[in-house]
Amino acid sequence: MVSVVYEAPASVQDAVALLSGAEITATVLAGGTDLIIQMQGLVNESRLLVDLKKIPAMMEATLDAEGLQLGPCMSCAELTSREDIKSVYPGLIEAAYLIGSTQIQGRASVGGNLCNSSPAADTVPALIVNNAQCVIVGPSGERSIQVEDFATGVGQNCLEKGELLSLIRIPLPAANTSDAYLRFIPRTEMDIAVAGAAVSITLDDDGICTAARVSIGAVAPTVLVVAKAAEVLLGTKVDVQALQAVAEAASKASSPITDRRGTDEYRRHVVGVLAKRAAAIAAERVRGIQS
Amino acid sequence: MTKTHVTTTINGEVTEFLCEPGATLLAVLRNELQLTGTKEGCGTGDCGACSVTLNGRLVCSCLVLGVEAEGAEIGTVEGIGGIDKLHIIQEKFLEHAALQCGICTPGLIVSTKALLAENPEPTEKEARYYLAGNLCRCTGYDKIIRAVMDSAEAMRGDA
Ligand SMILES: Cc1cc2nc3c(=O)[nH]c(=O)nc-3n(C[C@H](O)[C@H](O)[C@H](O)COP(=O)(O)OP(=O)(O)OC[C@H]3O[C@@H](n4cnc5c(N)ncnc54)[C@H](O)[C@@H]3O)c2cc1C
Ligand code: FES
Ligand code: FES
Repeated sequence: MVSVVYEAPASVQDAVALLSGAEITATVLAGGTDLIIQMQGLVNESRLLVDLKKIPAMMEATLDAEGLQLGPCMSCAELTSREDIKSVYPGLIEAAYLIGSTQIQGRASVGGNLCNSSPAADTVPALIVNNAQCVIVGPSGERSIQVEDFATGVGQNCLEKGELLSLIRIPLPAANTSDAYLRFIPRTEMDIAVAGAAVSITLDDDGICTAARVSIGAVAPTVLVVAKAAEVLLGTKVDVQALQAVAEAASKASSPITDRRGTDEYRRHVVGVLAKRAAAIAAERVRGIQS
Repeated sequence: MTKTHVTTTINGEVTEFLCEPGATLLAVLRNELQLTGTKEGCGTGDCGACSVTLNGRLVCSCLVLGVEAEGAEIGTVEGIGGIDKLHIIQEKFLEHAALQCGICTPGLIVSTKALLAENPEPTEKEARYYLAGNLCRCTGYDKIIRAVMDSAEAMRGDA
């Protein structure tokens, strides 16, 4: 059992003051779908839980000419119901829609998915291909970091004591750009990714790829950006050869482990297939915008 | 450990309780408030037996803290219907024999009600996906899905 002190501050400043001034271990509480389970394993410990869900900015999302300003604690259920956001970042929304069940999505947040820093976190590859940025607030002020640089290892990230993720900022994609996310799990729903891949693609009027981002999950200690897999798409019409090259580059970049849900060899293969298929879907989505 | 005083609304009634800040809403409902319709299957968000609505959203009460209920609106199976007046969904579960041991049933009733509030005319596939977080070890799901689809039809009034 763990003895808990619970606080629900009304502002980010108050939350930072609570986190940095705490004498016992202080932890941010978002939807709790990772944290409450992790706390069940603790014995004879005291925890200060700082619930951010009473801070309005943490629970809101605004889409404007700048892009998406996503409150990190907004539930995936609310996020996936936002048609305006889905039309701009379909891959991000499909990733959020894959997290757990309806019940889990009712609480789970994108910020929590990111801060829990699991390499299998479904929304992270989709955030990365969209060039998302974390805004971090702490006792010494505000700083920003790209999502791809946020996690530093399995369950580890760059947040210092007293710091919290206050905003996820996602720029508006360039014209004729779209994204997609795919993951593989042994069941059809309610499982953790064996491998995942997100791709963002920009095509010109002739259907030639002018920009791309590829990110893969669950096949290394952190979610990876695969620059090589994006490079091989440039200048192509995202044809069969280009897609095959994406698959090879993604497989090559991975360094998966073997566990009861898949061998390293299997994961390495599957992540390539997912990257290839996600690239094809993203390209098809762009063609849909263009036609 | 000092207990926290919480004021909340459960099934439309203002309710107050004292709880340890680390206690789950599930534990509070069952042990403090004797609302034992909400079941515990796993305690880790996997089975859905503990499903309730929190401010209208379907959640697992095993992954919510009791203190988070402060100022919120909670809906449990007790608010849906009772022995004297069953809800259509409950009638349909009986009619289709969509339960055996019954441990999953309250969670499924709460989830089905939430599904039909969001989507009164789900396809079978949509219903199966929406309810994927409600595990049943007895029925094999087929009768449950029939009861859900029949409830949807009855509630739309074109039964
Ligand atoms: C049954 C089940 C199924 C699941 N399925 C999936 C799945 O398919 N895919 C997947 O990716 N995940 C899955 N998860 C894991 C989990 O639901 C997600 O990682 C979720 O996004 C976590 O968000 P949360 O808001 O619940 O985070 P919490 O549990 O509240 O927090 C997670 C961690 O992040 C920290 N944190 C949260 N927000 C902030 C912030 N703003 N600033 C600083 N630190 C913060 C917390 O302190 C904690 O350490 C599943 C979990 C369960 C129980
Ligand atoms: S008891 Fe909550 S999901 Fe199983
Ligand atoms: S009836 Fe026994 S678990 Fe569903």
